[in-house]
Amino acid sequence: MGTKKTSLYQLHQDCNAKFVEFAGYHMPIQYSEGIVEEHKFTRNHSGIFDVSHMGQLFIYGSDELIKDLEKIFPLDLKNLKLNHSKYSFLMDKDAGIQDDLIITKIDEGFLIILNAACKDNDFKILKELLKEKYKMVLDENRSLIAIQGPKSSQILNEVVDGVKDLNFMSGNWFLFDNQKVYITRSGYTGEDGFEISILNNYADKLTRELINKGSKLAGLGARDTLRLEAGLCLYGHDLDKDKTPVEANLKWAISKERISKGDFIGSDIIIKQLNDGVSKIRVGIKPEGRIIAREKTKIFNQSDVHIGEITSGTFGPSVNGPVAMGYVENEFSKKNTKVFLEVRGKKYAANICSLPFYKKSYVKGVN
Amino acid sequence: MSEVKYSKEHEWIKLEGDVATIGITKHATEMLGDIVFAELPEKGSSVEKDGTAGVVESTKAASDVYTPVSGEVVDTNQEIVDDPSKINQDPENSAWFFKLKIKDKSEMDSLMNKDDYDKFAKENNT
Repeated sequence: MGTKKTSLYQLHQDCNAKFVEFAGYHMPIQYSEGIVEEHKFTRNHSGIFDVSHMGQLFIYGSDELIKDLEKIFPLDLKNLKLNHSKYSFLMDKDAGIQDDLIITKIDEGFLIILNAACKDNDFKILKELLKEKYKMVLDENRSLIAIQGPKSSQILNEVVDGVKDLNFMSGNWFLFDNQKVYITRSGYTGEDGFEISILNNYADKLTRELINKGSKLAGLGARDTLRLEAGLCLYGHDLDKDKTPVEANLKWAISKERISKGDFIGSDIIIKQLNDGVSKIRVGIKPEGRIIAREKTKIFNQSDVHIGEITSGTFGPSVNGPVAMGYVENEFSKKNTKVFLEVRGKKYAANICSLPFYKKSYVKGVN
Repeated sequence: MSEVKYSKEHEWIKLEGDVATIGITKHATEMLGDIVFAELPEKGSSVEKDGTAGVVESTKAASDVYTPVSGEVVDTNQEIVDDPSKINQDPENSAWFFKLKIKDKSEMDSLMNKDDYDKFAKENNT
């Protein structure tokens, strides 16, 4: 099977994208202005991201489906209002994370946005867990376009009237060019923004209109620096099957009501970890100088004992310095704990810090 | 008159007397993207032809910087360490990396002139 192209491929080429292969797709890593410029433009104005490689899974059903999905996801789905979204994860029986996702209640069931590299496997797992009782469509006919940043609401509203009234983590159907598009107010950059699910044939037209209104394309490179500054996890790096949501410091995403019942996949381990604590936990890490500690960098304590590893690390353009996250032994996870990062054979000082590194209108974690 | 030569690792080198100024080419900066970190050799240290003599990192990845000739490091450019974006802005001039007192001028002979390097860079666009 060849590498796939999204419906914005021609537009990416027109905008001088540099492509990389990502999860079986030709995806733009950056355009001519470069990652730093695209990052800053998104933070200050508005950036458009083609995330059409991500899975859009529609599952159709009603009350019985809700009950069945609650056996899978640690969410209070029966109280999830129509058109509201929640962040969650697909776990195995040991609470290992198989994928992280956004689930939205729609009229006829649920829409779940899945990571590109995981979507086919997720589909298989879910189909089996739901015993093929429900119609499930991993929709290849729809593109997913994210528009992020402070000017995005105004820009998108000029093209799709009414979106500015959406609340954070909620969505609805709108019309673009007489076609139904499903738009949620969400994203993965730490900025206000939207994700637009639109038929492939209309994605190019919509995106070009957004560009004409003042937004600009930004690539996967900027998406990575933006999400890391915002303290958000990237599956396959910060999250994987060997990590649980409690270890990943994502317990806020687990419904308390559901924990008290403990009847979802992985709940035994989750409850045990919530009661007894975990041996390793995800933290923010801020190097003291300019040194960039990338994925797999070893973390040491002040007695030179190996206590963990970086899972994501880069230079944060808005923080104007290096930023990282990783897992350390729990006793070293307190804010301001001094640690050392081994980069090219030398050890560099860094501090455990709270996430996010960057929050709207002020910057955290800068020296 | 000073001459500028180029290496296959995309460094430029300008020789004045027995002191060589070394940096990375514009082509290299275009391939790397936004440079956000630079590490230079220590003043007084010795570096060997084709050995590593520094690191540059973009938002995406780290790359070694090699020295095209052997010598003793007599000066380094702190400005690019303090503001690595200068390397993208003026790579073949003010954003030089380090200066070497070179040992053996004949090491320059195997390096490319501008025309040959431009051709090489075009053919090796990776």
